[in-house]
Amino acid sequence: MTIDTETVQRERLKSRSGAESTSLVRAELPRWAPWAVFAGSLVLVGGLLAITGFSIGLFVVGSVVLYAVVTYALSRVVEGGRKATDRLVTIVVTSAFAVALIPLISVLVTVIGNGIARFDAEFFSSSMRGVVGEGGGAYHAIMGTLIITGLAAVMSIPIGLLTAVYLVEYGGRTRLSKAITFFVDVMTGIPSIVAGLFAFALFALFFGPGVRMGFAGAVALSVLMIPVVVRATEEMLKIVPNELREAAYALGTPKWRTIVKIVIPTSIAGIASGVTLAVARVIGETAPLLIIAGLTTSVNLNPFDGRMATLPVFSYTSYAAPGVPRDPYIDRAWAAALVLIIIVLLLNLVARLIARLFAPKTR
Amino acid sequence: MAKAIEARNLNIYYGSFLAVEGVTMSIRPKTVTALIGPSGCGKSTYLRSINRMHEVIPGARVEGSLELDGKDLYAPGVDPVGVRRQIGMVFQRPNPFPTMSIYDNVVAGQRLNNKKMRKDATDELVERSLRGANLWNEVKDRLDKPGSGLSGGQQQRLCIARAIAVQPDVLLMDEPCSALDPISTLAIEDLINELKAEYTIVIVTHNMQQAARVSDFTGFFNIEGTGKPGHLIEMDETKTIFSQPKEKATEDYVSGRFG
Ligand SMILES: Nc1ncnc2c1ncn2[C@@H]1O[C@H](COP(=O)(O)OP(=O)(O)O)[C@@H](O)[C@H]1O
Ligand SMILES: [Mg+2]
Repeated sequence: MTIDTETVQRERLKSRSGAESTSLVRAELPRWAPWAVFAGSLVLVGGLLAITGFSIGLFVVGSVVLYAVVTYALSRVVEGGRKATDRLVTIVVTSAFAVALIPLISVLVTVIGNGIARFDAEFFSSSMRGVVGEGGGAYHAIMGTLIITGLAAVMSIPIGLLTAVYLVEYGGRTRLSKAITFFVDVMTGIPSIVAGLFAFALFALFFGPGVRMGFAGAVALSVLMIPVVVRATEEMLKIVPNELREAAYALGTPKWRTIVKIVIPTSIAGIASGVTLAVARVIGETAPLLIIAGLTTSVNLNPFDGRMATLPVFSYTSYAAPGVPRDPYIDRAWAAALVLIIIVLLLNLVARLIARLFAPKTR
Repeated sequence: MAKAIEARNLNIYYGSFLAVEGVTMSIRPKTVTALIGPSGCGKSTYLRSINRMHEVIPGARVEGSLELDGKDLYAPGVDPVGVRRQIGMVFQRPNPFPTMSIYDNVVAGQRLNNKKMRKDATDELVERSLRGANLWNEVKDRLDKPGSGLSGGQQQRLCIARAIAVQPDVLLMDEPCSALDPISTLAIEDLINELKAEYTIVIVTHNMQQAARVSDFTGFFNIEGTGKPGHLIEMDETKTIFSQPKEKATEDYVSGRFG
């Protein structure tokens, strides 16, 4: 780290003598300088820790702190206060981002590492019927999750979409729309177990206590999903410029056609990705399904008839109440979690694809 | 089929706020009428009441009578949607539909109202409307491209093409050039001159030279102070308004002494 001290000195003198006001050129740290400081910090902290006893956490934190301090001091001397602050804040923001990333990466690595063992063809093709110990799969749970979430989406999307259309296009500031907005807000916050209990209580009225049904699970998930869909759609409809509505009205288009053919198509990209994210949000719900959909070991594709396995519940019970031997159950639990993550990932991809497909084009 | 407009004692409200008071104005078919006046005096409000766009704002309402060739547009039972099909409108900011191609934008009026048309008839209508808006030569090779990719002036002419594609009787324009550069402004002014052979045109403008260049008649609106309603002070042939207006306020305004 050699820095041309003479130039630095000259610059400082110049700025002190007031020449700064006429000159737009200011001293700047060379591009390699931050890297050199970073490498230096790593070596220095690493060396120190080698003497006192090594710890990876201390090593990373210590290096970053030293790096930040030295960069700030150096930059302050050479480049002045504003640039120094800029460099310091950049380091802080980047570190915060890295910290936020740690749990995400950790979860991914753990789930992939543990789940890959049973991520095989048998896992996707067989159920747990008659399986004790090794083997078996989650075909029944995968189908259950797809059916229940699909049903929930089929119920929530129209209700949520129409509610949002009412709120944005028709409601205005009427009492009804204020009440709806309030209850949607409340619903966004209810714990998922409450949704499960609601569905249970509702279906127990008709089918007696002890009812278990995939469809009831879908109802519970809808309760959680509708407010998310309403909120997402509402935001998207609100950002459609009023000018487009007026342009359509001025062509003699009735209001409902303006909504169907102008407002919704203009915002469909955002709505579609909002809806997909809402699906992704409920697909991993465990508590309500544990109550109302229950668990079974065999394939049940009829949501109106008895217990239905789902991936989160499958994963939870395999882990919480494994059989003997224990390991195959734990492996299946991780594999189920991995499948769930992959499904959510695919949903996110689909959302992006939809957004790209439908987004208004400019060129 | 240009038609005449006759406003009698029109009071226009936003809720309880009287924005424009007592406008009586007759507009002849196949003329260009310019509405001028200081900001906030109710020019846009009056213009929007002509095609019943005013009432899309919650609480907005109109008193008095407004006739299109003798038929009262505000009579009970008149469908505002039908009125808007006969009286087209071009807005201050160009607003082509972003989800539609240039072609679809032009026939948006037909498409939005589910009017079934044969392909060749639609092609013909698109070409005629774009030619009418002086835009055909610039876009004929990119009709399937999005309308929002055009320049501001082209977008505004696209909006004019869209408005004339539904073959209205009257064309309302609310400061159509205020967001445009001088070249595009000139293109639109030329267009207005051509369009008046077929349409009755009412144009709001902030630009007095523009009013003098394009219009046959000019109405001057004024307001006594904020919170007071706007009034039509004087309406006459454009020549008269700009050379020997009857009212002192008009003379002050057109000579640039206030506003
Ligand atoms: N949407 C609205 N709600 C309430 N008042 C409005 C609305 N639009 C315009 N006004 C009021 O009506 C008056 C006339 O406005 P406007 O017609 O836009 O004037 P101009 O077009 O001549 O500048 C102004 O006082 C304005 O504040
Ligand atoms: Mg205006």
